[in-house]
Amino acid sequence: MLTYSYYPGCTLRTKAKELDAYARASAAALGVELVELPEWQCCGGVYSSAGNEPVTKLAAVRALIAARDAGTPLVTVCSACYNVLAQVNHELRTNPAFAAKVAQYLELAAPYTGETEVLHLLQVLRDHVGFEAVRAAVKHPLTDRRIAPYYGCLLLRPGKVLQFDDPENPQTLEALLTALGATPVITAERNECCGGYRVVEDASFAGQRSDAIAASAADFGAELLITACPLCRYNLQKTGRLPVVYFTELLAEALGVKEAAQHG
Amino acid sequence: MADTTEILRMSGVDPRKCMRCGKCTATCPSYNEMDIPPHRFVYLVEQGRVETLLSCRTIWKCLSCFACVERCPRGVEPAKLIEALRLTKLRPQGGDHLQPAQLADIEDDDLPQQALVSALRKFSK
Ligand code: SF4
Ligand code: SF4
Repeated sequence: MLTYSYYPGCTLRTKAKELDAYARASAAALGVELVELPEWQCCGGVYSSAGNEPVTKLAAVRALIAARDAGTPLVTVCSACYNVLAQVNHELRTNPAFAAKVAQYLELAAPYTGETEVLHLLQVLRDHVGFEAVRAAVKHPLTDRRIAPYYGCLLLRPGKVLQFDDPENPQTLEALLTALGATPVITAERNECCGGYRVVEDASFAGQRSDAIAASAADFGAELLITACPLCRYNLQKTGRLPVVYFTELLAEALGVKEAAQHG
Repeated sequence: MADTTEILRMSGVDPRKCMRCGKCTATCPSYNEMDIPPHRFVYLVEQGRVETLLSCRTIWKCLSCFACVERCPRGVEPAKLIEALRLTKLRPQGGDHLQPAQLADIEDDDLPQQALVSALRKFSK
């Protein structure tokens, strides 16, 4: 059994419950134990690159420290939470002045300097479970289904900090789809922005961005788009061009735990 | 008001590394909406034109998608300069670009919390 601390994030408690439920069910089916942190707060959704913004990062630091104390890596499944947790952790690891400032705010006996390993669930599947083992656990292969992975920004950038995958030619979701028996459809827009949070202020702009992405996936003959981000999913779905689901839903379907997750 | 030195310190960016190739602007999904596109933004910081940048539209149009950061051949990281200017604009009293009350008007039950918290972080103090 592989054991991890788990940070669901606020959107997975509300509008993206299925992203969470399918992640937990699939993890369990693959022998991965996700232990939810006893306490966690919203990560803030976006990371600030400014060097003098410690206060907005404290919620992330608390989660990172809790995982360190539990002696496990910290796993999350929302792209935005992943981006924030990983970037804050990197900042603490590489910037002693920032780590000292944070220690002061949180009244820590010694500064936390980024010891926790932050992982997206996709990294756990790829690097710890292994896609071969995922393939072996598939009960209902997604044969003949043409599915376009959509990464967006938050899983990939900044590439140097996250080191999740090659930001210009990512392979992780494609390899997962292949392991599930589906045919990955690679599109040019898979790592371009969906319009993100600007939808709040200007829905038509976000609509144009997302439409370019969905149209390109449809042009390449995809029947479905997958993502790990609730906001990407929201923006892409609004285009009405093709259905958009979380990667965890497809995973749960292929592993034969989808029904159980819905009622769990 | 912040001066250029403060912007450089906040962002950790050295605009003098820029060779004005325009690649950041070419890859920016929002450049059409901006009055000052990313490559020019970098140049204006180098020129110390902080006042101009504090009142430009670009700081609200940037998506923080980091495409410019990833693809700049000189590692200039234009989005970090935009973030520093946006924060400098937001921090003083009355600097908010978006009021929480405006969000209450959005009637869309599907909109994820993530969108609201992110927009508030980027557009208000
Ligand atoms: S891509 Fe980099 S070097 Fe080229 S103009 Fe933009 S900031 Fe300057
Ligand atoms: S981070 Fe901002 S400036 Fe850079 S490419 Fe994205 S939208 Fe354009």
